[in-house]
Amino acid sequence: MTLFVLRRLLGFAVTLLLAAAVIFFLLDLLPGDPAQFILGINATPENVAQLRAQLGLDAPAWQRLFIWIWGMLQGDFGQSYTQNAPVADLIGERLWVTMPLAILAMAIAIVVGLPLGILAARRRGKLLDTGIMVLAQTGIAIPNFWFGMLLALLFAVTLRWLPPGGFTSWSEDPAAAMRALVLPSLALALPQASILARVMRTALVDVQGQDFIRTARAKGMTMGEAVWRHGVRNALLPVLTVLGLQFAYLVAGTIIVENVFYLPGLGRLIFTAISQRDLILVRGATIVLIVAVTATMLVIDLLYALVDPRLREGEQR
Amino acid sequence: MSLLEVQNLAVRFGDHTAVADVSLTLERGERFGIIGESGSGKTLTALAITGLLPESAVMAGAIRIDDNPIPSDERAMARLRGKRIGIVFQEPMTALNPLMPIGEQIGEAIRLSDIGGVEHIELPLLLGEVGLENRHAQRFPHQLSGGQRQRAMIAMALASQPDILIADEPTSALDLITQRLVLDLIAELCTRRKMALLFISHDLKSVAALCSRVAVMHDGRFVEVGKTRTVFGEPREAYTKLLVAAAEFKTPLRDRQPIGETLLEVRGLTRDYRQGGLLFGRKKPLRAVDSVCFSIGQAESVALVGPSGCGKSTLARMIVGLDNASGGQMALSGQTYHGRDLPTGLRRDVSLVFQDPFGSFDPHLTIGQSLAEPLRLEQGLSLDQQNTRLIEAVQAVGLDPQMMGRHPHAFSGGQRQRLAIARALVTRPKLVVLDEPVSALDMSVRADVLALLAQLQAEFGLTYLIISHDLDMVRAIADRVMVMDAGKIVETGEPNQLFAAPQHALTRELVEARLPELV
Repeated sequence: MTLFVLRRLLGFAVTLLLAAAVIFFLLDLLPGDPAQFILGINATPENVAQLRAQLGLDAPAWQRLFIWIWGMLQGDFGQSYTQNAPVADLIGERLWVTMPLAILAMAIAIVVGLPLGILAARRRGKLLDTGIMVLAQTGIAIPNFWFGMLLALLFAVTLRWLPPGGFTSWSEDPAAAMRALVLPSLALALPQASILARVMRTALVDVQGQDFIRTARAKGMTMGEAVWRHGVRNALLPVLTVLGLQFAYLVAGTIIVENVFYLPGLGRLIFTAISQRDLILVRGATIVLIVAVTATMLVIDLLYALVDPRLREGEQR
Repeated sequence: MSLLEVQNLAVRFGDHTAVADVSLTLERGERFGIIGESGSGKTLTALAITGLLPESAVMAGAIRIDDNPIPSDERAMARLRGKRIGIVFQEPMTALNPLMPIGEQIGEAIRLSDIGGVEHIELPLLLGEVGLENRHAQRFPHQLSGGQRQRAMIAMALASQPDILIADEPTSALDLITQRLVLDLIAELCTRRKMALLFISHDLKSVAALCSRVAVMHDGRFVEVGKTRTVFGEPREAYTKLLVAAAEFKTPLRDRQPIGETLLEVRGLTRDYRQGGLLFGRKKPLRAVDSVCFSIGQAESVALVGPSGCGKSTLARMIVGLDNASGGQMALSGQTYHGRDLPTGLRRDVSLVFQDPFGSFDPHLTIGQSLAEPLRLEQGLSLDQQNTRLIEAVQAVGLDPQMMGRHPHAFSGGQRQRLAIARALVTRPKLVVLDEPVSALDMSVRADVLALLAQLQAEFGLTYLIISHDLDMVRAIADRVMVMDAGKIVETGEPNQLFAAPQHALTRELVEARLPELV
């Protein structure tokens, strides 16, 4: 088990390092000089060169990469060109919106999706199964920004239960902050819950045909008892894989949903930073997203080992 | 009043009748066997008795236990099953939950049976009864051997102290030695606990060893029912006669070409496998094949026997050039090679026939296309010549060349194995390596395939290296037997002699594990 964790941790570190390098060089190749952008079209070449030196842009690329990574390890993500504030502070502030949003959405997706999937699998071929699967199909097809607008129309404009957008900070009014996140997280969760329901159903239908379910029934269980005791846990293995992938989509999805609901989250920060060519900010924010996604993958891998004893022993079958 | 009584049982799937007119009675402590090939309906019969039929099946007829019809309510049937009937299935790997220690799985069976105030049995006692130790309780299924897993299954079936034990092919996934141990265990438990046994198998010898009465099942019906001795000793029906003859592996003797000079020579062949990861957890390499030396003469049949994991398949893979040796070398017709460096010109001289006739054909290719693939090794054959080769090969295995346009799914298991042999013959090889050539086939088909192999050898002077764990089959077809254990060849000899006076411990074990002759 220790070996398994060590291997996964090493993989985690290597992935992050590679991702950092890729992002750095991709953005470096992007047309547009940040110094030129800051100073405007009318700046003299001397001024631009001076600012480039000041920003450290004239050092060789690999040197800047290492300075950047070393800085991040110490919590220094650099200074935003456009906002004149430390990138770390800007990101930190926004994370308090995006992370609760993503986690809430994931939680809703799990709480809604898994039981529906189990229900559909147990009533396979029946009306309930068809109903749930049609719903799930629709849920996957509906774009979440549009679903978000519908939610806002119904719950904010018509019923006036929840705010249509904007955010009150946690320190000011935690309840209001929570209320602000309800509709966006529902919008984000809809397609994810639909996918989860489908995956859970398929996995459980597969498991129901397995020999060990028959063995459990032979011991004196009904089909329902056997599926509950032995089936669900086995069916969770494929679901876990999908869950990890979903989190990545979810984080990407926040960019759009935050714009729909005027949430001051990381997604909107990146969006603005890209349009203003604030490379340092884009890089920093992207890295944070990558850390979040890779860490989720790591957690999923460890969960896998927790569920499946065969994985704890590494290579052995 | 019989313990179990089945009257005119029928099982249908839509329009297809899978089981019809099956009637049987089982008295307390009696042992009844059902013999049948795949698709004969023997498993469905067992599932019907235990109320475990798939939802799509429609059942007719009456099943009574102690004169009470089995309940139709799912929960009541489940509880009855839990208390009165113990069931052991074929494949112990998939029949156990991979995520749960076996002790917990057995414990579950104990709890489920503990309803009516019957004195309940303790886990350690149960483990001891099936020959497992207490420490095995914490293990997960993948941490146990096939035999231990099947013992765990049996412990589960015994947990409720049932009066009927149903065993459906309990040993067909196990190797010869383990098979014997498990069969002996079942017999012993039935005697000690005075349990009735319903034993389902395709293997006549194991049924004969265990059961006093037997039913022969074919196409969903009982063809012949009676005392085991009578049914196997003086079979009345043609189908029973066929099965009995097949079980005795009586292959017709043919005029063989005399064994010629050395075709294949293996010198000090070794294969190591790296274990563990790239950086962490490196272990000592596993030596799958350990300095093996032997030679095979032209037109000889040599059998390689040994328990699973002893390295026989790895050895075969190197000989046919699919894997590289870590040490030592081989020579085919005098040309030295080490595995994958087998010269292209020589590749056509070696062919391989796999165990599984279902997995070894690409389902997207027609049989003709599959069979023609090895001909790539022979440059410069015209299309006509290629066709002639295919037709010759298909005719040689007794099939109609017209069939070559069809896809693999259109053929039965026996036909596919014939086609696999035809594929091995198209390049007119000298050496054919057969990896368990008949163990995936039904009994009645096995005899045909073995007779075919003998006939082909007589006709074309083929040299065979046969990998098998079935001593009866080996005795019927091989000139010489090599016994392999943990990567080494431990004993070699002529089959009758070797089996009559085995020297090495493993050979002795294998010989002792053989089931007694049918009658």
